[in-house]
Amino acid sequence: MIRVVLPAHLRTLAKLDGEAKLEVDGPATLVSVLDALEERYPMLRGTIRDQVTLKRRPFIRFYACQEDLSHDPADTRLPDSVAAGQEPFLIVGAIAGG
Amino acid sequence: MSSVRVLVGTRKGAFILTSDGKRDRWEVAGPHFAGWEMYHLKGSPAEPNRIYASQSSGWFGQQVQRSDDGGKTWEPVGNTFVYEGEAGQHQWYDGTPRPWEFTRVWHFEPSLTDPDTVYAGIQDAALFKSTDGGQTWQELPGLRKHETGSTWAPGAGGLCLHTIIQDPENPQRMYVAISAAGVFRTDDGGETWKPVTKGLKSDFLPNPTAEIGHCVHRIAMHPSRPDVLFMQKHWDVMRSDNAGEEWREISGNLPTDFGFTIDVHAHEPETIYVVPIKSDSEHFPLDGALRVYRSRGGNEWEPLTNGLPQQNCYVNVLRDAMAVDSLDPCGVYFGTTGGQVYLSPNAGGSWKPIVRDLPAVMSVEVQTLP
Repeated sequence: MIRVVLPAHLRTLAKLDGEAKLEVDGPATLVSVLDALEERYPMLRGTIRDQVTLKRRPFIRFYACQEDLSHDPADTRLPDSVAAGQEPFLIVGAIAGG
Repeated sequence: MSSVRVLVGTRKGAFILTSDGKRDRWEVAGPHFAGWEMYHLKGSPAEPNRIYASQSSGWFGQQVQRSDDGGKTWEPVGNTFVYEGEAGQHQWYDGTPRPWEFTRVWHFEPSLTDPDTVYAGIQDAALFKSTDGGQTWQELPGLRKHETGSTWAPGAGGLCLHTIIQDPENPQRMYVAISAAGVFRTDDGGETWKPVTKGLKSDFLPNPTAEIGHCVHRIAMHPSRPDVLFMQKHWDVMRSDNAGEEWREISGNLPTDFGFTIDVHAHEPETIYVVPIKSDSEHFPLDGALRVYRSRGGNEWEPLTNGLPQQNCYVNVLRDAMAVDSLDPCGVYFGTTGGQVYLSPNAGGSWKPIVRDLPAVMSVEVQTLP
């Protein structure tokens, strides 16, 4: 079970109270977790990555275990502690005013 | 007794203002979608409780929300806007090529007859259509693929399609306006389009009377006279009496003819309203005095000031932020970037704020309900 922390606006959009908890088939990678998240919460499609190119939106960052994974390849494996549900995978809105 | 529902889109959420037909006492609901930019909300003329809303964010992109109960509850519907075929390129501000890229929905225009059919005007400029209540969207590519499409360039707000007008007497005819490409008309239901810009003059263009490149800010039409169009351009207020084939200037005695919004009285098709703004770089009223100007047909304009701030007012009124109800006397509404929504329940004779401290208002639409 993978735990995903979303920005407040996306939690509201997904009608989610707290963390998203996801089952991922196969290895827990950036792309497999995002696929599972969008499968479970289809209203999040387009909010984190472009629907056509699947590129991360510019003001979105991915963190795990105090590391920035935003620029890592999509098939990057998440840390074991994230894959085991001990630590969350963080989807963060970049600090850019607003 | 009739009632009125005002749909207000702001930089930080949507608000719905309701009143009975007296328009004295208002209930304010919201913010809906707090924290998101709400570019536009509009109800279906065929089913007024069906409302479409454009919810967007620089962080999280575009959402489309739909309500089927007059804005009490909302559900996200389809938010996939994919250009038909090879997207190609348009021009950037400096004339260099720039790939077409979807950014947001500026404007929804629900069908006059079918609640499930709705048009969306987007940035970068294109027209999309849904026939399933917003679940899926298909481009009407004939517009963007017009032979001039690669020469379109953005205005300051982006290359946006912000105005969509359906001809109530001819379902095959529709108009769209794009900043800063101009006005286009279709006579075959959106398959093909032609620029209708003859008579427009824009001094920022190398050829001021060129067919393409005019920064049209908004167009308004009275449903009883679909061939008569009124336009607030970047500078100049214009009028066409032949479905856009030719335009003539009607700025007349306006103190400044820059502005964003324009609308038509619900019962007097010659009576029009604008909110003059000082200039293209000073987006606030002249002399700090907020004045709506009214004209019967153009050229001769009268300032409407009763109840509006006449000193130290430096707000803007954006292109989609004025609307009218169809009560008698006609109510005129507009929202400001200072967060006020003003109402004149007597066609402009006097004004009062319904609310005065919302986030910056981006759009105002009014539904007159039985």
